[in-house]
Amino acid sequence: MNCADIRKLIHAWADDELDLVRSLEVEQHLKGCPECAAERNSIQFLRDALRQNDLTHRAPESLRKEIRKLARADADGPARDREDAQPAGMMQLWIWRLLAGGATAFAILTIVSRFEISGGNQLVDEAVASHVRSLQANHLMDVASTDQHTVKPWFAGKLDFAPPVKDFAAQDYPLIGGRLDYLDGRTVAALVYQYKKHFINVFVWPSANAKATAPVLENDRGYSIINFEADGFHYCIVSDAEGKALNEFAGLLGGL
Amino acid sequence: MPHLDAAYNLARWLAGNDHDAADIVQDACVRAFRFAGNCRGENARAWLLTIVRNTAFTWLKKNRPKAVVSIDDDELAEVEDTNRAANSIHGADTGVLRAALAALPLEFREALVLRELEGCSYKEIAEVAGVPVGTVMSRLARARRQLQNQFARKGGL
Repeated sequence: MNCADIRKLIHAWADDELDLVRSLEVEQHLKGCPECAAERNSIQFLRDALRQNDLTHRAPESLRKEIRKLARADADGPARDREDAQPAGMMQLWIWRLLAGGATAFAILTIVSRFEISGGNQLVDEAVASHVRSLQANHLMDVASTDQHTVKPWFAGKLDFAPPVKDFAAQDYPLIGGRLDYLDGRTVAALVYQYKKHFINVFVWPSANAKATAPVLENDRGYSIINFEADGFHYCIVSDAEGKALNEFAGLLGGL
Repeated sequence: MPHLDAAYNLARWLAGNDHDAADIVQDACVRAFRFAGNCRGENARAWLLTIVRNTAFTWLKKNRPKAVVSIDDDELAEVEDTNRAANSIHGADTGVLRAALAALPLEFREALVLRELEGCSYKEIAEVAGVPVGTVMSRLARARRQLQNQFARKGGL
């Protein structure tokens, strides 16, 4: 890694948010580069200054009282309001509120649906961000192998599921490696394939849905993203290869 | 309300004064109580902070539209003089640091407050701010560079 790469990663390193391999690479570089080491010191001074100078505001007593009152009023409300609304049952509660009338219920419904919409886009956002990061930081693979029998056992013990690992070299999509990634709130398997000069990240995690679904192609910032389910797994494919080739690839992986 | 201080701290840094921060937290808590009855679960803090954040941004857009200027995610500017920045930060007192943090653009301030004052992970910040983790990483880097440059220019304060 050169200094420009290090400067991109040094904040995540200072925040202890880098994976082990890249942390070691950053530390190695810092030992031999006074400029980057000075940057690290400056960041450290800044972090210490922000944390040690008591910049935190505490809630005033008057607000504390108001919130306690609110909580009590809430507890005194109708019994169904107090139910520990589980996410699945929550929609019903909102709909009940809407039927019961009241602008707040409408406002809350709007908030809920906004959350849901952003939830859908967030997967695409996260997948593209993971794809870009994997290329940027030279961290495409933790296990580089064109052999599916090497890649698959590598995941054993690192995940609570065994991702399907197949090589499609004969169809022009050779498997080149795999790594762990984090997507949709969980650790997932990232399989790396190549198509011509394009890298393809395939994120795989278990799905509650056993049936295969048709691949859904989306485009975001010049990348194609395909989501589908097959054999009890959710597949999320990200690449800058053209959508047509990716759709064909999704078919090989088991998408309808 | 175990996370009231965290909620207030975020609202206070976003709104910039006690009065508006209290209004925002109160409004957010009304929503929070209606939302799920109460705040519990392991992710209760991030969940409450998300509601506070959204309430604050809605409030700011309505009452102070000029404060909500979306930042462009362009390249990182270089730190002009790392050593000078470090020395200047080292000698800064609480008031100077407060003013420097308050002068940052909203999204940068938010990321730094959540990270340094509330100790949130990148993933939690991503959840609260509704952006991918990669964006959190670049916002924190750019927020810190802006602060470093503010201090580098000030020199030996």
